Amino acid sequence: MVLYLATSALDSPAVGWSMYDGSGAREYMAGDAGNADTPPYASGLDALRDGWRLIQASQLLPHPPGGEFRTDYLKYEFFFEKLVPQHE
Amino acid sequence: MSDRLLLTSAQMASFAARGFLRFDAAVPDQLNRAFLAQVDDVPADAVASIREHYGRIMAGSAIPRIPAGTPLAQAYDTGSPIARILELPVVKGAIHSLVGEDPAFDHHFLHLTYPPAFARVEGREPVAQPYHQDSTIDPRRAFDIQLMYFPHEVTAEMGGTRFLPGSHLRIVSEAAIARYQNLRGQQHVVCPPGTLLVLHHGIWHGGGVNRSARLRYMFKIRLCPTRRQRRLWDTADLPAQPTDQRPIFWTDARGNDDPIAAILTRPEPWFEADTGRLEYLNRIRLWRYLLGDEHFDADYWLTRVENEPG
Repeated sequence: MVLYLATSALDSPAVGWSMYDGSGAREYMAGDAGNADTPPYASGLDALRDGWRLIQASQLLPHPPGGEFRTDYLKYEFFFEKLVPQHE
Repeated sequence: MSDRLLLTSAQMASFAARGFLRFDAAVPDQLNRAFLAQVDDVPADAVASIREHYGRIMAGSAIPRIPAGTPLAQAYDTGSPIARILELPVVKGAIHSLVGEDPAFDHHFLHLTYPPAFARVEGREPVAQPYHQDSTIDPRRAFDIQLMYFPHEVTAEMGGTRFLPGSHLRIVSEAAIARYQNLRGQQHVVCPPGTLLVLHHGIWHGGGVNRSARLRYMFKIRLCPTRRQRRLWDTADLPAQPTDQRPIFWTDARGNDDPIAAILTRPEPWFEADTGRLEYLNRIRLWRYLLGDEHFDADYWLTRVENEPG
């Protein structure tokens, strides 16, 4: 599971999310939440409390001179994992 | 009566801020039917395979092959359904307001999304198209527009185009954003027949899965400006003093009394706390470009960071 948060703080609100299920139990895809605005967890901390393990967080990188105001990829990306039995 | 309905300043500011305008049922049913007839609209059970169907449409439909760079005025035969759609006052006015009265044709494409059985016959499950930005990295201030025309009703089951309002000013590289599956505030196009979506070239979007039993059609045309995009819309509703500032942060109950500033500083649900503010700065820069006024500001966002007294 990947959560995109509003700031670098793990307890800040989720603004985006992706799910990749290696167990084969379910296939997730782009836009499968429809117009729903409800992420699977309200924050990264909520995911931790539900048993997900944080395995990677975005670095905080300095802004290159001349590019201070540029926006591009989502900045606060947190990867979580949860180990489950393989789906038969 | 004018042959075109130019956009208002509020519509233009909304386009600058959110990257799209939507016109529901702008194309009359008679034209929708004429368009579908010329692209060989058929029931799903009359299609042998996706490859066969696309081949048949490309070979036999009335959609012309047009070289990139052709003046739009010369692109389509007069009287053809597409030419008549482009002549509708609301369509002609939106094109004129955004890319001028003489834009160049870039490309067009008929997007078909097939029912699930077409994927399953190929041994796969249907999947949605991931988020992407069209073309490639494009850091220009000038912008192209993409017209998305939905000639028939699109229901939620048909999985219409998904797009992310306010994403158009992000400088990303096409499918590099495919990892993002869902973002707060994303919209799926569910619309009546004849709806048009006018998009900034940079908006993040992707096709949804069609879980219905019929084919879904969407026709897209990309247009490029050939002149500076400055005050091409109906500016009658622009404030007399567009550089006047309103109180910020410590305000009274009147709220937003400058509609353009309010539009340019309205956040999207997916905005991050800090880069959401950068989006405001970039929207204001785009509005400066459209106004031709390098002193315009909304809520002091640019004035503050440009203030270097000599």
